[in-house]
Amino acid sequence: MDKPTTLTKEATAELRHYYYQMLLMRRFEERTHEMYVKAKIGGYCHLNLGEEATIVGLMAALKPEDYIFTNYREHGYILARGVAPGPLMAELFGRETGVSGGRGGSMHLFDVAKGFMGGYAIVGGQIPLAVGAAYALRYQGKPGVVVAQMGDASTNIGAFYESLNLAKLWRCPVIFFIANNGYGMGSTIEDSSSEPDLWKKGASFRVHGEQVDGTDVLAVRDAVRRLRERAETEGEPVILDVVSFRFRGHSVIDADRYRDADEVRKGRETQDPLRHYSAWLQAHELADEAWLKAMVEQVEQEMQAAVDFANAGPHPKIEDIYTYMYASPVPNIPAPETARRLLD
Amino acid sequence: MKPITYRQALNSTLGEELARDSNVLLMGEEIGVFQGSYRITEGLLDRFGPKRVVDTPIAEEGFVGAAIGAAMLGLRPVVEIMTINFILVAIDQIVNHASKIHYMFGGQVRVPLVIRTPSGGTGQLAATHSQSFENWFAYCPGLKVVAPATPYDAKGLLRAAIRDDDPVIFIESLALYDTKGEVPDEDYVVPIGVAEVKREGSDVTVVAYSRMTAIALQVAQQLAQEGISVEVVDLRSLRPLDRPTIIASVKKTNRAVVVAEDWYSYGITAELAATIQEEAFDYLDAPVQRVAGLEVPLPYAKDLAAVAKPSAQSLINAIRRIL
Repeated sequence: MDKPTTLTKEATAELRHYYYQMLLMRRFEERTHEMYVKAKIGGYCHLNLGEEATIVGLMAALKPEDYIFTNYREHGYILARGVAPGPLMAELFGRETGVSGGRGGSMHLFDVAKGFMGGYAIVGGQIPLAVGAAYALRYQGKPGVVVAQMGDASTNIGAFYESLNLAKLWRCPVIFFIANNGYGMGSTIEDSSSEPDLWKKGASFRVHGEQVDGTDVLAVRDAVRRLRERAETEGEPVILDVVSFRFRGHSVIDADRYRDADEVRKGRETQDPLRHYSAWLQAHELADEAWLKAMVEQVEQEMQAAVDFANAGPHPKIEDIYTYMYASPVPNIPAPETARRLLD
Repeated sequence: MKPITYRQALNSTLGEELARDSNVLLMGEEIGVFQGSYRITEGLLDRFGPKRVVDTPIAEEGFVGAAIGAAMLGLRPVVEIMTINFILVAIDQIVNHASKIHYMFGGQVRVPLVIRTPSGGTGQLAATHSQSFENWFAYCPGLKVVAPATPYDAKGLLRAAIRDDDPVIFIESLALYDTKGEVPDEDYVVPIGVAEVKREGSDVTVVAYSRMTAIALQVAQQLAQEGISVEVVDLRSLRPLDRPTIIASVKKTNRAVVVAEDWYSYGITAELAATIQEEAFDYLDAPVQRVAGLEVPLPYAKDLAAVAKPSAQSLINAIRRIL
């Protein structure tokens, strides 16, 4: 990270805000893990621990007119996009007050007002959607770009390659954003990808690619800013391979036995984005111990409020099970009485 | 009002809808320069340009997914899949995304998407090019599936599908493209989810859709000469299924034959037969008869192909079994 020159008050506040967001994400995921163990959360649940700089750096560079499609490891993305932790935790709890009305769960978060167009749980499936959204932006003559976020292992599925081809052919402003934590569940990149340098995978589609340190929030932000600008003005899709270290198993229920314990311990020590960034802020006199401690306290309070909000939210009603089935009502769609008969 | 073909009905409707709403666009393989494998999109590239009539690479998963994403941002894509056989490589996008996005995300965005594709077998196209997969989509909540049998219904249902805010799978038939029927000039729609009694009768109800409706109507006419009165219920929509119209007809005739081109086990006819026994058991004077495809990959050889799909004769035989 480069040393900042003289900073305005706003710039200082922004740099501190990144730390706040990363800390909020860290604590959100740790509390999520805790709530999962307490059986407040069901299903599959994948955490962003270790990816805080990757995510905050991305969101810092995006603009309000941009859209984001992600995979199922997305709590941090929607949080950093500005969605409050309360409705987010409420979704994980399956409540009506959740961001998807309790219908989606951990892997299917959504907030159209923030341009957060969903977490998707079929690996690689979200990538063509992002290309189509970018096509729509250009069709409508609107500004903005679309982020197709994916994990490293998603670069092995056909949908990724079809999407690269379409995005380049149709000049769609898409950032193919690879959150590269080194593992697809338990397989290493080298186990599953004949080209382990993921940023090179656009070469035969003439799609430019780069790699960036995903534990460095400012490096990620600056790379996205530069590539976003080019995507928007020139319609040039791009691959950004953002490398970080996954702190825990693939999901909450994964004991992570396939990784060497020493490797994990070392990774957490040397590749902790929060540790890096707090040291950097202090070294540049942008934060001190007292401020960092105050942040911890503030985030603790916000997280407790989020858990309380989630707990207080009503469960969706059984008679609302068909609500949202169809946007345009037509005759003979199932009615609540059908549900009652089937539930008898 | 003059007779036009099923193909002309589709082609003119696409042109009218492109002209009516600037958010409507067409996507598909060879639909522009080549003007469509079955010439449904003939002339539309010239009229509306490549932004509205988009030739895609052979990448069904990619461009169907892209159409869904574009629909989420307010466009109204009408995608052509060259034949339903090729839809299998896009089924993940349709079943896991198009059908679920409105519900799974709590109603925040709509997916106003139409996927048009011809289904069924004709002309010795053999095992991989003669299949009927509409039941796979009719099975999936969140989709709407329609299958018109006449030029009138093709036009009215295509209009309804394009103007609908949900994903609609629009099933066509190669064997129907050149059939003719009267189509009015005015802007009408045929509502999704509503079947039609295409011919009234009193002895037996035949429930059919798409090409099988055309065959059922021929059979009804033929049997009328023998004094057998066949009522033909044309489903028109497979999802939602218009159960009340089917049941009302069976309660009147007390006998039912259900017919579809797809494979027998777990096919459309199984759903229809189950519906009839659930809701009209006490009105039945005979077991429901099912006429469906033989459970083999469709063979190429002409004689084998002819017996593998339901025919007018197999429908007549089924009717005679219960009269």
